[in-house]
Amino acid sequence: MTFPADLKYTKDHEWIRLESADVAVVGITDFAQKELGDIVYVDISTVGETVAEGEVFGSVEAVKTVSDLFIPMTGEVLEVNDQLDAAPELVNNDPYGNGWMVKIKVSNPEDINKLLSVEAYQELIGE
Amino acid sequence: MSETLLHVPLEHIHQQLGAKMVPFAGFLMPVRYSSDLEEHHCVRNGVGVFDVSHMGEFIIKGPKALDLIQRVSANDASALFNGKIQYSYLPNATGGVVDDLLVYQIDAEEYLLVVNASNIEKDWNWIASHNTEGATMENISDRLCLLAVQGPQASATLQKLTEIDLAAMDYYTFKTGVVAGINDVIVSATGYTGAGGFEIYVWNKDAEAMWNAIFEAGAEFDIKPVGLGARDTLRLEMGYCLYGNDIDDTTSPLEAGLGWVTKFTKNFVNSEALLQQKQIGLANKLVAFELIDRGIPRGHYEICDADGGVIGHVTSGTQSPTLGKGIGLGYVPTAQSKVGSEVFIKVRDRLLKAQIIKLPFVKPGV
Repeated sequence: MTFPADLKYTKDHEWIRLESADVAVVGITDFAQKELGDIVYVDISTVGETVAEGEVFGSVEAVKTVSDLFIPMTGEVLEVNDQLDAAPELVNNDPYGNGWMVKIKVSNPEDINKLLSVEAYQELIGE
Repeated sequence: MSETLLHVPLEHIHQQLGAKMVPFAGFLMPVRYSSDLEEHHCVRNGVGVFDVSHMGEFIIKGPKALDLIQRVSANDASALFNGKIQYSYLPNATGGVVDDLLVYQIDAEEYLLVVNASNIEKDWNWIASHNTEGATMENISDRLCLLAVQGPQASATLQKLTEIDLAAMDYYTFKTGVVAGINDVIVSATGYTGAGGFEIYVWNKDAEAMWNAIFEAGAEFDIKPVGLGARDTLRLEMGYCLYGNDIDDTTSPLEAGLGWVTKFTKNFVNSEALLQQKQIGLANKLVAFELIDRGIPRGHYEICDADGGVIGHVTSGTQSPTLGKGIGLGYVPTAQSKVGSEVFIKVRDRLLKAQIIKLPFVKPGV
């Protein structure tokens, strides 16, 4: 499993990366996709909504399970990765790249420092 | 989980293969080795092997064996002959189902019952409580492994290992013989996948040798180990009931669609009440539905009418790997159970359109 050092992580197994001053990309970690198994549907219907930190912005469905997706930082959901509709397996194959889930406009970009570093996340999952 | 998990004899093999092991029915079981979807397609299109050694096996023997089975089982075991298998269930006294099971006739005075792992103790106690005429009962669950070899290439794989003419075996029959040089093996033309194949009952001491022989024989067909994840999607594509999901101690077997294995030509536990229920008419029915809207039904989701009124609940649901759409089973009032009817599944506050269909979802390859 890989965990890029330039990302921030949450205890709910999402990652976030600031692309610009206040736009961030969010996905789930390699650990999360591996635990879930084959992902068959990513259901996100919060585009245009502002979602508070820790609130649900969508669901990810594996063969056997459905899991909520929690937003790592308060922000407006700008865009969903629409490639996932036809190819949800991108989340399994490339969780930090083509398997990204949403872009958000972050309300308080400085809050990113409150999230977990790669070291803290790896410790959390016992890696 | 506070209780100690039980272990199947081949657990070390599953761990060597990198399986994700999860608690299931009191056992630590392989849920997947690599990918649920790959394993599913491997069984539909080739051949895969499930270790389902958690299942329970009882031997019922003696001159009163058939009487006991006839009393506790709803199907008519007198229709069996040596080497024949029957699907049935154990009704309880209050209108529900103790378990569903397979009944194997070894001979007129010896039967093998195969029951769900989660119900071994409950079934044993239930059957024993009805054993008033002194049939001999033996629980061999801990001594026996069960390997389900399933898929269109299952027969070609196993035929390399045995003199038993597999092609000549009818569905729901079995033979006892030598497989892979191992004596006293039961080869059963059964399964829970609709993909065709066999189930192999082998004593614990021979199980590893059997596993290895099957994988060697199946190598040319790209045989793979398959976990419980794919087992569930495969059975649901056929619409087979799963005890604990679709049937349980409180569900009516008739509403669950088990009328075809309920034989009122004999007396059995609760048969009078069930017959009365049949004559009055069933309030609800277990139906199969396919989602028209994009989404995945899951157990306990609500089934609604077009106005959002709750009419029932989903008991099993998934996305069919073969069809690529949401499929499920659930109970609805009989008046709303007609094939072709539109219903709605409530998925996270949205009502997704679905249609009641006739089973199976996927045509079996048996």
